[in-house]
Amino acid sequence: MATPRPGPPLWLLAELTYRCPLHCVFCSNPVDYARHEAELDTGQWLDVLAQARAMGAVQLGLSGGEPLLRDDLEVIVEHAHRLGFYVNLITSGIGLTEARAKALKRAGLDHVQLSFQDSTRELNDFLSCSRTFELKSRVASIIKAQGFPMVLNCVMHRHNLPHVGRIIEMAEAMDAQYLELANTQYYGWAWINREALMPTADELAQAEDVVNRHRARLEGRMKILWVSPDVVEAKPKACMNGWGAVFMLVAPDGVALPCHSARMLPGLDAPSVKDFSLHDIWHRSHAFNAYRGDDWMSETCRSCDDKRQDFGGCRCQAFLFTGSAEATDPACRKSPHRAVVDAMLAHAPQARAASVQPLRFVPNAARQAGLLYRSDANSLALSPEPEAAC
Amino acid sequence: MSLVADFQPALSPMFRLQFEPAQEAWVLLYPEGMVRLSDTAAVVLRHCNGSDSVAQIIEALQREFPGADLEDDVRGFIADARQHGWVA
Repeated sequence: MATPRPGPPLWLLAELTYRCPLHCVFCSNPVDYARHEAELDTGQWLDVLAQARAMGAVQLGLSGGEPLLRDDLEVIVEHAHRLGFYVNLITSGIGLTEARAKALKRAGLDHVQLSFQDSTRELNDFLSCSRTFELKSRVASIIKAQGFPMVLNCVMHRHNLPHVGRIIEMAEAMDAQYLELANTQYYGWAWINREALMPTADELAQAEDVVNRHRARLEGRMKILWVSPDVVEAKPKACMNGWGAVFMLVAPDGVALPCHSARMLPGLDAPSVKDFSLHDIWHRSHAFNAYRGDDWMSETCRSCDDKRQDFGGCRCQAFLFTGSAEATDPACRKSPHRAVVDAMLAHAPQARAASVQPLRFVPNAARQAGLLYRSDANSLALSPEPEAAC
Repeated sequence: MSLVADFQPALSPMFRLQFEPAQEAWVLLYPEGMVRLSDTAAVVLRHCNGSDSVAQIIEALQREFPGADLEDDVRGFIADARQHGWVA
């Protein structure tokens, strides 16, 4: 499998800002996000969109942080719509007033994905360290009133897996088209909090049974997406459909990345849209070519037929578990490091016992029940100051 | 799923049909997803305007592609498209 010339980056994710009113314990932003405060300005974003569209990008995700914190969001949406993108807003809903929803509709926004943390106010607000549950419920009705297709997204972990039935009923009551039950992927903040978030295989299996029952009942009305976690299935996922195959992320400061968490891979040297064209970044940069094809693979992966389906799994997971981004994805049964993953899964019930504490909502708490919140202060404390250039 | 001849399929509001020069294909876009359509699928979907019935669509396609026996294929495709939620 020589490195084929990649097709276009069909899916562009524009993370417009790392600023966010929520402090979710499983946030996919990099742990050191507070060290990257600079944001592309409106003109720079419009240029990024035009370049991506010219290359053949067709799906645009506008996310963050909270994209509604950018007051030029409407301008960006209008430009994207004119270029022919299908425009997805990925939001916590905070800041989505009726007036703004109308303006976004006029600008050509196609779809809103609204995140929830749970079906109950207590857990939603606890997990995001914010008082946002009721506001989100109001926002859901504003989204529907404007006629947007609405996808509800809920990140799943051991605290809310037992509520999965109620989460589905909530999505149904809100008249969502899709419900994404996204089992936590352990990178960034979720990696730091993995002991407190990791469910047992039994808890996952029980939740999946509930999902399947509701799926049958809701056939034709609401789709439910549920993907069993790769670490539990012991089967690597086709991460991003292959490195640098269809997906490009542009971070708030203009750094282009092949996935949400690649920013933390040492030596990746991710290029910035301020320095290079998107075309050069996609086709020529080291970062986007690093794990294309199979030259980089271990012998275990290169000689495995499954590489055509899973493209060698996830590089970030390999790095976090083994210290080497080239290693066989430790989710895989064939990985020499699989024992580390098994130990983590086996540890989940004890980890739970150790952190059984009442879940209380305490504003501005940095830590609760063994969980570390995503916040500027925690981000700065967890990431070393970059060395000053000499 | 059987289709009555006077069913007037229309593209569901969640979906957008457009030609993508970079892929040299018609695609169907929906929240965070895309289906690349075959030429035939695209031709049929472009006729799903909400006012033409299945019978009228078949008639129109017969005029566009004379000599081809399209009826079963078109009915089958529209039934599938309805199942996927692309048309209603």
